[in-house]
Amino acid sequence: MRARNPHAAAYPLSLVKRERKAAEGCACRLAVVRLGQCLLIALLALITGPLAAQEMASTAPYAYRQLDDAGQEAKAQALMESLRCLQCQGQSIADSDAPIAGSMRSLVRERIARGEQPEAIRGWLIERYGDYVSYAPRVTGLTWPLFALPLVLVALAAFLLRNRFGRGGAA
Amino acid sequence: MSEAPIRARSWSTWLPLALFLGFIALVAVGLLRPADRNVASTLIDRPLPAFALPGPIPGTPGLKSADFGHGQPRLLNVFASWCLPCKAEAPQLKQLAAAGVSIEGISVRDRPDDLQAFLAQNGNPYRSIGADDAGSVQLALGSSGVPETYVIDGRGRIRYQHIGDIRPEHVAMLLDKLKAAQ
Repeated sequence: MRARNPHAAAYPLSLVKRERKAAEGCACRLAVVRLGQCLLIALLALITGPLAAQEMASTAPYAYRQLDDAGQEAKAQALMESLRCLQCQGQSIADSDAPIAGSMRSLVRERIARGEQPEAIRGWLIERYGDYVSYAPRVTGLTWPLFALPLVLVALAAFLLRNRFGRGGAA
Repeated sequence: MSEAPIRARSWSTWLPLALFLGFIALVAVGLLRPADRNVASTLIDRPLPAFALPGPIPGTPGLKSADFGHGQPRLLNVFASWCLPCKAEAPQLKQLAAAGVSIEGISVRDRPDDLQAFLAQNGNPYRSIGADDAGSVQLALGSSGVPETYVIDGRGRIRYQHIGDIRPEHVAMLLDKLKAAQ
């Protein structure tokens, strides 16, 4: 606190001197000016604080900036919610604040703005990182049982129920 | 009571315990040998994606994919001044450069001042550095973080990806990979 005080006081003190010269004896006006100064500083801090924080967050242009076209942004948003952040792997890139997620958002938005289809962008990422990067499962040689099993189980249930009701009706 | 129902019950009595032990074994395996969560690039043995990056500091040449594949294998190091493991691997990169290895760098989401300070502090083992401010070349390479080091062969194909910092025990392995990529 001691180290900070001289700097903090320097400007208001000079202000006090100037104010005394300009408006002798008018303590009321001085108070108003100082209040104004404080408010101005607070307002500036309020505006520049988040701006500085945003600037610190990523050098990728569209990491924290939405596309101007609302329709395109909605498309990008939908895709970003179904892509995995490569660093914090439980999160989508729409939710993650990891630096690489910022780059991935920027890549998605830039490509959507260029008119690329969301599924083409997903494909581009899968080509580089494998299926793991996408939250939307694909039917492949490895994953087809996941899609087939529910159908098999439903068919089995239908078969068993038919047998049971069929027998019940006969008896 | 006859013999049969008791025998029929005997294995089913032990079934829950067997299932429980199986579950314990599954958890133990998962705890003792956790899965590797690094996302590896799928571009191994494929050509280096085309890119052209400007230099991080005005007046420096930058880096492009055409710089690779002129008969000599090279290392491509993806790094950043804000990344602590990159600082930890600096002595190993220096050692590799001293062994005659050509190392090219891609600085990811970096600022010129920060990068200059980083190189001044940790040394500059790079032939040239490309500034990847958007991180788009990092994504094109299939790199999932910093630092990562790729072995690019004399024909410009990616032969190996090392994820994480290069530790002293990795230097000989990387030299072998470079030799294999002639």
